[in-house]
Amino acid sequence: MELRKSYFADQRKDDLHEIGQPRPRSDSPGHVTGKTTYFADRNFPGMLHLKMVRSPHHHARIRSIDTSEAEKHPGVVKVLTAKDVPHNVYTILILIQIGPEDETVLADGKVRWKGEAVVAVLAETERAAQEAAAKVKVDYEVLPAVFDMDEALKPGAPIVNEYHGRNYYLYDSGECRKVRFGDVEAGFAEADHVLEQAYQSSPIEHAPTETTGCIVAPEGNDRFTCYTNTQAMFFTLDNASIILQMPGNKLHFVGGTVGGGFGGKVDVIVEPIAILGAKLTGRPVCFIYSREEEMQISSPRAAETVVIKDGVMNDGRIVARKVTGHTDAGAYSRHSPYGAQKGAGHYPGPYTIPNVWIDTYCVYTNRTPSSAMRGFGVTIGDFALEVQMDKLARLIGMDPLEFRFLNAYRDGDMKAHRQPTEGAALIECMQEASRAANWPVAEQFMAISSYAKGA
Amino acid sequence: MAIRRGRGVAAINYPTGMNLGGDPTQALVHSTPTGNFMVTLSSVDLGQGMKQIMAQICAETIGVPTDRVVVDTADTDTGPHCMGTFASRGTHRAGNAVIQAAREARQVMLEVAAEELEVNASDLETDGQGNILVKGAPQRSISIFDVALSAHFKRGRSISGRGMFLIPRSYPEKETGAMKPSTCYAHACTVAEVEVDDETGEVTVLAVTNVFEIGRALNPKMVEQQLVGGSWMGISHALYETTEPYYPNRDHGGTDFNQYLMPGPGDLARTEIIVLERPSADGPYGAKGPGEMCANPQIPAIANAVFDAVGVRIDTLPITPERILRALKAQAPN
Repeated sequence: MELRKSYFADQRKDDLHEIGQPRPRSDSPGHVTGKTTYFADRNFPGMLHLKMVRSPHHHARIRSIDTSEAEKHPGVVKVLTAKDVPHNVYTILILIQIGPEDETVLADGKVRWKGEAVVAVLAETERAAQEAAAKVKVDYEVLPAVFDMDEALKPGAPIVNEYHGRNYYLYDSGECRKVRFGDVEAGFAEADHVLEQAYQSSPIEHAPTETTGCIVAPEGNDRFTCYTNTQAMFFTLDNASIILQMPGNKLHFVGGTVGGGFGGKVDVIVEPIAILGAKLTGRPVCFIYSREEEMQISSPRAAETVVIKDGVMNDGRIVARKVTGHTDAGAYSRHSPYGAQKGAGHYPGPYTIPNVWIDTYCVYTNRTPSSAMRGFGVTIGDFALEVQMDKLARLIGMDPLEFRFLNAYRDGDMKAHRQPTEGAALIECMQEASRAANWPVAEQFMAISSYAKGA
Repeated sequence: MAIRRGRGVAAINYPTGMNLGGDPTQALVHSTPTGNFMVTLSSVDLGQGMKQIMAQICAETIGVPTDRVVVDTADTDTGPHCMGTFASRGTHRAGNAVIQAAREARQVMLEVAAEELEVNASDLETDGQGNILVKGAPQRSISIFDVALSAHFKRGRSISGRGMFLIPRSYPEKETGAMKPSTCYAHACTVAEVEVDDETGEVTVLAVTNVFEIGRALNPKMVEQQLVGGSWMGISHALYETTEPYYPNRDHGGTDFNQYLMPGPGDLARTEIIVLERPSADGPYGAKGPGEMCANPQIPAIANAVFDAVGVRIDTLPITPERILRALKAQAPN
């Protein structure tokens, strides 16, 4: 890695003692010698193991659940169903007033994705819990499922989630988050070329080294300590408090070093049910995802589709951009309404365009619920935007890098969401890339800066 | 049939912190009797090294070496509230809270030192090595060790401080979408070079040149580890990863690292990282959040490089050999 101090030197004072110094990480020796303690390194006498009975269907009504055989299985201590969860229907962003509550801790009457948790089994050993889970009998009536966002949005599509009553998230702005800036149709009319293209992505897995999990120990005074690898301590504690209808002061969350998150550990899935198990049995409870659960049960990055329509002039100026983004939330909201909203604030990318129209939708399907992942709301948008930029440049016969210089935002430029640009540095990044990758551009582009024109 | 080379570019920006703000983080700082400093948080270290960075920020602000600072975090019984470690917010939000808390603690420390040295606190400065000196007369000094002992056992002062950082929440205007998504943005430009085998569809990423603008590199070595890791993740996202390889058929999703494809050591490209620093107005010592951004620009840069190599556009991720071969077949004259 190289630090190129020549850029923005007038905006920095290099007079610091500790900041800017490559100090060795104090936790590195522990990591590389295997001494660092992770939550799962704890062991408590009498600790129970929790395993989930999961839906084998993408969408089904639950006619009945029979846990009698599982309860008789040797080593089983407790079997939990929806009726045991005090506030079973929840949504995590309710803490910042983004509702409605739309997801069950344990399925109640219906499952909406393959892998959904239906029954929790607590046993003396992991093996006993797994064997007993296989003995739970659930009678399902399979329902038509929808896996495609376009299909889900068609009239007459099966309703995935009755708590929404429609297959998309309803924002205060309507069926999508909107940004309107200038007159996009007038921009297309004046453009020398109009190019409309569609982009899509697949769900992907965070693949942390350490799988999601927690260990809950009763403190003996009706308080419970939850050792967890959540990425957000109080967010998880406060949501657990709502789900369990238990005052927050009865809960003590302890984290520590986490073996990778990437957004995969900001859902609140394992902690509430493990605390409930500890409360109802009076014993420590361990609930840790297997690698298979981490890869196929925990939320992936959302699948997205992005349609971009641009108007561009022969001289390289983009005069209009219309973006329609769809985020596949899967069966439940989790963080997806936030992700789709974040996309609306991110488009049209780091370029100054006078006419912009953005619609971003959050859609429900019977796929595995998606949620936060490194860059969500932006990553797939950037893939679409930057491939589109390449296509536009070639369409008008310009060098792709020069085309970006021509449209790059600078300090003071008004963005589509009506904030003036501050602290821009796109131009300098491209100038340095031009040098470092030996991708020459015209002299005029190497002479400009992100500072406001005339500043 | 041949191995064809191509090159592609992408340029991006990325907002720091939770979209639309409204995401608070607090910090507490106090000294021990012998002048070491404790930072108390409830933020989570995901392995990226947050504790180390918070220690450096506290040390810089108080004016002591980093090894005099200990960070206690991720315990809800002791640490004040943090919204969490996500949205490229940890360093920016918690860092600002630590600076505020450390400034308050530093002020008390200087007041106690002023009483010991019989001068005004405003006439004192720290040397960054554990001592407090009279400005212009450095022979008049006292160690922070002695200041802390005095504060605890003689003067009854608590060398401590409270910090809180909150960007007020922005609510988008319904019709126009007028809003403030973020207060600062990191930037990147990546050039990718690839080879594409037009017989097998296989893509080999030869090199990625990443230029990242991150506000301020608080610890350059840790910046490097995060940016290199992110760049690898971007390559993996572009070419390999999906939990549903046969979508809309939901079967055959990978369930372990043998089935879920990610790049192995032999698949890693030559990776160049160049860092620019344009300090952000509201960042801790100017820092922005590059944690998420650094995995993004490789994806479109590789897609554009594939086009440059073989003349087909793959607009669906991941860019698999199958998709490349199907596109080549569709494009070929009969």
